[in-house]
Amino acid sequence: MHQFTVEPLVGADWNLWGYNVAFTNSALWMLLAFVALTVFMVGGMKRQMVPGRWQMAVETFTGFIDDLVTANIGHGGKKYVPYVFSLFMFILFANLLGLMPLGVVGVHPFTFTSHFSVTGVLAIMSFAIVLAVGFWKHGLHFFSLFVPSGTPLVMAIIIAPIEFISFLFRPFSLALRLFVAMMAGHVLLEVLSSFVISGWSAGPGFGVLVGIPSFVLMVAICALEILVSGIQAYVFALLTSLYINDAEHLH
Amino acid sequence: MDLEAAKMVGAGLAAIGAGMAALGVGNVFGSFLESALRNPGAADGQQGRLFIGFAAAELLGLLAFVVAMIILFV
Repeated sequence: MHQFTVEPLVGADWNLWGYNVAFTNSALWMLLAFVALTVFMVGGMKRQMVPGRWQMAVETFTGFIDDLVTANIGHGGKKYVPYVFSLFMFILFANLLGLMPLGVVGVHPFTFTSHFSVTGVLAIMSFAIVLAVGFWKHGLHFFSLFVPSGTPLVMAIIIAPIEFISFLFRPFSLALRLFVAMMAGHVLLEVLSSFVISGWSAGPGFGVLVGIPSFVLMVAICALEILVSGIQAYVFALLTSLYINDAEHLH
Repeated sequence: MDLEAAKMVGAGLAAIGAGMAALGVGNVFGSFLESALRNPGAADGQQGRLFIGFAAAELLGLLAFVVAMIILFV
């Protein structure tokens, strides 16, 4: 589908160690998400005693992530707030930017979170932090994560491999969840809009029978997609902080 | 049955998983709402766990979608 194709905008022939490093539309929209996020944050960081609307909006987000991290990591969790906050806001802005109806003015948004390579890198970052914190803080004792305390030896033989596999699957599940949720939503919208177009071009009868219900459903699904954008960003941040909690405190 | 037809049937069967995940997600939110109405005071504190359960149930539906896509296009 055309909305998911990554195409180079500038420098299709830029090469670095044999790999093409062209500036693609994916990179452009990452940059736009970054710029939008920066504008949003800088505009709200005024430290006024009586916050205005903008500052209030920013403080709601920071307070939300602060509560999330405090509730899930607890003692020693403060130092992860910047990372989890950046992750949450970047994913949220990316998801919402991809949903913007900018096609009306001729700009086609590209949802870069609907690509496994992007979400995969985000998930690997989270997983790398978990591994680094775990081994740095607990050393080889970190492997006791795979044997919950109080497990009898007979059960431990069975449980340890299962826990190990589920631990290794974490980055995949993190990345896969975000990527598939975003892609499925956009595919659904595209399928419904193709129903509207082909319904009306098949004649007014089909237009009323198929086109109008599809259009109504499309509007509803759009609202659902906005909800899903927020939930997926939240779930990514929540699971990241849960995994960091595992590394910080073991079981 | 030739390979193309079998692929289509396989992708259709994989879509059953999406419906199963719908049951799971509905169960998560339904149970949460049921107990939240019994004890509204404790509901806000459990929102994190609600979304962990939601994420776990939803992942399997998304995996079913991925399987269908892999069968069809890869």
